[in-house]
Amino acid sequence: MTQALTKPQPTMITQWWQGRRSRIFWFKLIIYALLLGLGFLFMVPFIFMLSSSLKDPQEVWKVPPSWIPNPVFWQNYPYALAQMPFFGYFRNTVLLVIGVEIGRLLTASMTAYAFARLRFRWRGPLFILVLSTMMIPFQVMLIPQYLIFKELRWLNSLLPLIVPAFFGGGAFYVFLLRQFFMTIPLDYDDAARIDGASYLDIFLRIVLPLSMPVLGTVAIFTFMEQWNDLLGPLIYLNTADKQTLSIGIAMWSKGGAYPAVHFFSHTMAIALLMSLPPVVIFFIFQRHFIQGVVISGVKG
Amino acid sequence: MAVANEVTSKRSGLVSLRQHEERIAFLFLTPWLIGFVAFTAFPIVASLFLSLTEYPILHSPEFVGFRNYVQMASGDPLFWQSLKVTTIYTVAIVPLQLVTAYALAILLNQTVRGLSVFRTVFFLPAVTPAVATALMWMWVFHPEIGLANSALAGIGIEGPKWLASTEWALPTFIIISLWGIGGGMVIYLAGLQSVPTSLYEAAELDGAGAWARFIHVTLPMTSPVILFVTVTSMIGSFQVFTAAFVMTDGGPVNSTLFFVLHLYNHGWRFLQMGYASALAWVLFIIILALTLLLLRLSGRLVYYEAEERS
Repeated sequence: MTQALTKPQPTMITQWWQGRRSRIFWFKLIIYALLLGLGFLFMVPFIFMLSSSLKDPQEVWKVPPSWIPNPVFWQNYPYALAQMPFFGYFRNTVLLVIGVEIGRLLTASMTAYAFARLRFRWRGPLFILVLSTMMIPFQVMLIPQYLIFKELRWLNSLLPLIVPAFFGGGAFYVFLLRQFFMTIPLDYDDAARIDGASYLDIFLRIVLPLSMPVLGTVAIFTFMEQWNDLLGPLIYLNTADKQTLSIGIAMWSKGGAYPAVHFFSHTMAIALLMSLPPVVIFFIFQRHFIQGVVISGVKG
Repeated sequence: MAVANEVTSKRSGLVSLRQHEERIAFLFLTPWLIGFVAFTAFPIVASLFLSLTEYPILHSPEFVGFRNYVQMASGDPLFWQSLKVTTIYTVAIVPLQLVTAYALAILLNQTVRGLSVFRTVFFLPAVTPAVATALMWMWVFHPEIGLANSALAGIGIEGPKWLASTEWALPTFIIISLWGIGGGMVIYLAGLQSVPTSLYEAAELDGAGAWARFIHVTLPMTSPVILFVTVTSMIGSFQVFTAAFVMTDGGPVNSTLFFVLHLYNHGWRFLQMGYASALAWVLFIIILALTLLLLRLSGRLVYYEAEERS
């Protein structure tokens, strides 16, 4: 109001405008510089890993290290792969992931469906029970679980790692799915009931198809988690023919059961190969994945 | 009569419908119920019992009362060492990660172009398998030819021995943990983006500068998210295992003997299932106590919009 009345001189306005513009310009410039610098810092270890994996045995030891390998020594990859049953580890890891995915997607969504859309006695207390199991660190259950699977003679097989996923799939995932199922209007269920659909029909034909985004999130989280897990496979899998990538590679890097003649370039080649599947999955389903992290963080 | 009959039949129809729904619900819950009993409830009880026994796995457990806990407190210096290592690590990284992840999220929230590219760059470490990154860091922090010391040598500093030195091994873990702030950052970023712009506009009209807007709008509005990330990162840092197992296996001289590594050693290397169970319970109590403490301390600092409205 006062500005409009006092009619400022045009030069002042342009000066003010230029000042503001240049201030914004500098502000943005600083932010971009910071982000680029930090981004570089975050990527440097990866770049170093990639470049080391392509250096010949002499060049790896060069100080200061070179960034671009000369010559590019692709042979590191076949050499490294020949030092371990990599494809066996890979197969076991894939089996583990598939097993856990099926068990968890099926039974966690069944559990979540009951809690989200069906009425029954003790629904509240039972759901609190689900949530409270999230509070207990898994290490508390680890030893008795190990003893159970030992009794069942399931040690040195993928069963102890897969079978529990078929019995509820984990409290966190039940919670995540239940929160999503709650957002689907109950009218859909009622309409389907009037048309004679069973609860199973509603679950399979209405709730699950409408929940694809969150099922995708659960699937990706499960993939990452299982691909990553070391402690479980370390405890349950003892021989190379049963081991997964994480435990197989960890043991190999310690020189455990395998000839310890691995150069750093071989280790880096193996580490890169192991990282490839989760990184590719991440790039394909990025939106899903980040959305999932956000949902579990903000609503949790 | 006819009417009364109809009413009762209707009511019993309703009752049976409710019963039907209930029966179906429990059918859907069956896998979880079995799993809860077999893989959660029973193991918890069994673990509590085992923690009061001596159980060298080959013989049957022998009840020893609280001897394992007494042993921990008075006869196991490595228990205190592992507690010290884990506590130092937690006390260092929880605030460090909070500040850096939050700052990074704020940077990204300045409506920059290429936001998704930057977000990917900062998030990528969080999706790389822990075993692979552990191997990578061992190489980066190699005392003679690693990247870190070559870079330091470039500016005329002789770098420490990092993971191979008793003083520097734990700080190296702390430095490495900063690389994994992507998960927290993504959550903070979402929290920042969900702050209604109307609040900023109102604050600006009231004459609030950038700093005042941050203190009085941004921080309170994102405080529940901050609390959540802080609690989960605290819990996570008490459960560190993979990086420690791969990079140092507790060494040198137990300077990176994290608590869960100590537990693993007793359970699966020394086959003392009773003692390892007791360690697991101590871990549970510590995590529970710290979580409750954090929630209590933050009670006044955290602002819940929904609470205010009701």
